[in-house]
Amino acid sequence: MVIALCLLVPLCGAPLIVAAGQVSANLRETVTLVTASALAFLVWSLLPEVMDGGRPELFAFSLIEPLEIAFSVEPLGMMFAALASGLWIVNSIYSIGYMRGNQEKNQTRFYACFALSLFAAIGIAFAGNLLTLFLFYEMLTLSTYPLVSHKGDQDTVSSARIYLGVLLTTSIGLFLPAIIWTYHVAGTLDFAMGGVLAGHLDGPAVGLLLGLFVFGVGKAAMMPVHRWLPAAMVAPTPVSALLHAVAVVKAGVFTITKVIVYIFGVEFLFSVPESSWLLYAASFTIIVASLVALRQTNIKRLLAYSTIAQLSYVIMAAAILKPLAEIGAAVHMVAHAFGKITLFFAAGAIYVASKKTELSQLAGIGYRMPWTMTAFTIGALSMIGVPPTAGFVSKWFILAGAFEASNYVAIATIIASTVLNAAYFLPIVFSVWFGKESAELQQNDHGEAPFAAVLALCITGALTILFFLFNGPLIALERQVAAGLP
Amino acid sequence: MSMDLSLHLPILQVIVPLLAAPLVVLLQPRNLAWAATVAVCLLAFAIALQMASRVLLGDILYYEVGGWRAPFGIALQVDAVNALLLVVVSGAASLAALGCRESLFAQIEPRRHPLFFAAWLLLLAGLSGMLVSADAFNIFVFMEISSLASYILIAGGPDRRALLAVFKYLVMGTIGATFYLIGVGLIYMMTGTLNLADMARLVPEVADQRPVLLAAGFITVGLALKAALFPMHVWLANAYMHAPHAVSVFLAACGTKVAVYVLLRIDFSLFQAGNLDHSIRFALFLMPLALLGILVCSAVAMFEGQLKRMLAFSSVAQIGYILLGASLLSEAGLTSSLLHMFNHALAKSALFLAAACLSMRFMDLRIDSLAGAARQMPVTSAVFVLGGLSLIGVPGTAGFVSKWVLITALLEQGEQGMVMVAIVLVSSLMAVAYVWRTLEVLYFKEPAGELKFAEAPPLMLVIAGSAALLNLVFGLMPAVPLALSQQAAQVLIGGAP
Repeated sequence: MVIALCLLVPLCGAPLIVAAGQVSANLRETVTLVTASALAFLVWSLLPEVMDGGRPELFAFSLIEPLEIAFSVEPLGMMFAALASGLWIVNSIYSIGYMRGNQEKNQTRFYACFALSLFAAIGIAFAGNLLTLFLFYEMLTLSTYPLVSHKGDQDTVSSARIYLGVLLTTSIGLFLPAIIWTYHVAGTLDFAMGGVLAGHLDGPAVGLLLGLFVFGVGKAAMMPVHRWLPAAMVAPTPVSALLHAVAVVKAGVFTITKVIVYIFGVEFLFSVPESSWLLYAASFTIIVASLVALRQTNIKRLLAYSTIAQLSYVIMAAAILKPLAEIGAAVHMVAHAFGKITLFFAAGAIYVASKKTELSQLAGIGYRMPWTMTAFTIGALSMIGVPPTAGFVSKWFILAGAFEASNYVAIATIIASTVLNAAYFLPIVFSVWFGKESAELQQNDHGEAPFAAVLALCITGALTILFFLFNGPLIALERQVAAGLP
Repeated sequence: MSMDLSLHLPILQVIVPLLAAPLVVLLQPRNLAWAATVAVCLLAFAIALQMASRVLLGDILYYEVGGWRAPFGIALQVDAVNALLLVVVSGAASLAALGCRESLFAQIEPRRHPLFFAAWLLLLAGLSGMLVSADAFNIFVFMEISSLASYILIAGGPDRRALLAVFKYLVMGTIGATFYLIGVGLIYMMTGTLNLADMARLVPEVADQRPVLLAAGFITVGLALKAALFPMHVWLANAYMHAPHAVSVFLAACGTKVAVYVLLRIDFSLFQAGNLDHSIRFALFLMPLALLGILVCSAVAMFEGQLKRMLAFSSVAQIGYILLGASLLSEAGLTSSLLHMFNHALAKSALFLAAACLSMRFMDLRIDSLAGAARQMPVTSAVFVLGGLSLIGVPGTAGFVSKWVLITALLEQGEQGMVMVAIVLVSSLMAVAYVWRTLEVLYFKEPAGELKFAEAPPLMLVIAGSAALLNLVFGLMPAVPLALSQQAAQVLIGGAP
């Protein structure tokens, strides 16, 4: 019942937002915030039951016998839904400041599509089988397309085409065949603890199927299917935050984690050596994306490559196939979300206040925008993994898992990428606070961004630190996933 | 003979539009002629639904015209194989007549309206007749009726280029029908009967199978021509493009599918059972052409500049899917084939209805000229989005269900099937490209000047919107068409006529 409401609220919110948009902007934004709060309330109200080991279920209808559209809430999905619905509120507050401050066009379409993409994200989180997940996965791609191409000029439309092209090509060309193949051999698409493939498939076929899944879920942005993420940087910043933190890329790594845990089964994958390539591919993506990030001069592009690297952290952690690492994978989704949304909010706030987009323009900006840049610093530290930030918690678990498995590739990758992260974030932080503004930039006299935007990024900045201190419930929740693993 | 009307449903399906056609000619105010046409189409639709619901329960409706026993009299039969298509044909006729009212009034000269509507009903009668006939020669007769009516309809619009297109269609269509007739003649020569059930019984007993084989060749090629199987599709694109929009909706939804039905019905009941080699030849003929058609025509559609022409090429590609499923000769393959006939009709009628709505504001429907139309025509554009998604096969739409069933059927074929799955997926991506190209223009391209026009008329919008919603309904609840298709596949595989 609550699950149905969780889906209906954002779905009905979209037309309400459109209707309210005909009346006034204030009403439209009120409807957005009310919808977001209602959704968060509903999703979070499921939490106690799932914490106690309950698995609320909802059967919608059967599509093609025996395939059905069904929902089931388990710890991973609970976490993803709670994260997405919670951040939607903050993101809406930020959007109000950003979109008004920038005087963007078509704001009603923006808010309506945002609600639809949240509908899709909740569907992905609660999906009870692969078919349902695929349905909402495609819906998420389609509903975010108008957001990415929001500006509507030639440049934006062609970038949005890359976004859509890569995501749909991979999902139809690889993900769908993987699902059909799974169904063909296992006879079911339901997510089940311990997986459904053991005994139905072995040898190189396992590695191949895993490859179809990992590269088919283009939203996880594993190299070489990462191109859409930098291309999507043409979107307004709240959309970038949606892509990078709230829903889209998280949906990607969430799907991969879910496939590893509930379709393949961790034990089964561990027993098949042909599946080990995933760890190396993820390490490769982490290192290469970090190296590319080093060379970026544009703030949002740098953040995009940083995201690509951080996403592969989740995949690598899941691929270590140890209980602690699986917890680390789940925790990293949350930790990265808090840090990255703060960084994007800050980048957007800088743009609204000063129209600055390049790293070189940031020297000394800390004194003009102290709140924003404090939050930015916290976000950057979380990306590196410095305590007391969220990034430290997840790195701890991933490293612990890697040691447990004596996996030196993973350990080396984490160390190298920490160094690289520090190498591209610390100089920025340094120049923001200690650099001197050039004479030319001093002409552009600006202060902080609109209040709503600053408020939002302060909230997420605070969350990044608070998560370091109060992460107990989440870890307790995700231990359920790892329970019973060797 | 009882006067219980429900016993006479199979003949009513044909006779109602057939008799109404000359009456419509007499109705002078054009609104009256239109209303009568719509009423007859809806009545036919109701009859088809009634029969489909009985077939779903396991009935086979058998009817002997005038009480004359087959093989002397004319027999009609409605079972799972044609029940679903009867719904499609009468439903498409109703949707197109209702949903293109203003478009028809704008495109057809007022004094020709009654004649046009008469031809409309004749087309409906002809297609329904081809479907219900259990007699090879009657199928030919109704095929001619439907062809002649469709020539008139296609040429009936203001576009003079339609005349050339229809002439091409006439030549090709006549060749196809003649081939079919030659094939039927050969069988008649060998068996002495035209009744399908009799033929099915007698064909395996024929001592010299060579004329039968020849007949199978003639019939398969002739009907493939009528069905616009690649590369015999050249007549279709221009005919759809230059036809009045209402006619495009009607024909795109069901025109070629009836020919596919006849092909499947005759081939599976007459030739496959008796002759082991035949099934291989049938598959070897259809499968490569279907695959080529899927790829080539999807690619052509990606580069077409005119909306209706693009949709027409997409239709040829979709015929490829339908025949690919059939060429597998398996129950799952035939299920996908029959189901896709239904689902593709849903998607294409929504898309062509949207095209008709757009044509109320954009004369030539060049894709480039539609820039920014979504701002002024949000409902029409939304219909196009839904229809397009269904055509691509996005989950949640009808198109996804039939693609899923098709891919499952292909996977049963082992390694060869994997290659075909790859082709189907590649062509789905091509569909993404050609649908998206149009959506981008509709939604994101800046219009050249200030756009000052309103949405299409409300009736057109309501009908187009309902057609689009049907794609969602049958995408999420495909149980009924799926069950009928499965029954139909069992009937065909079983070889019963």
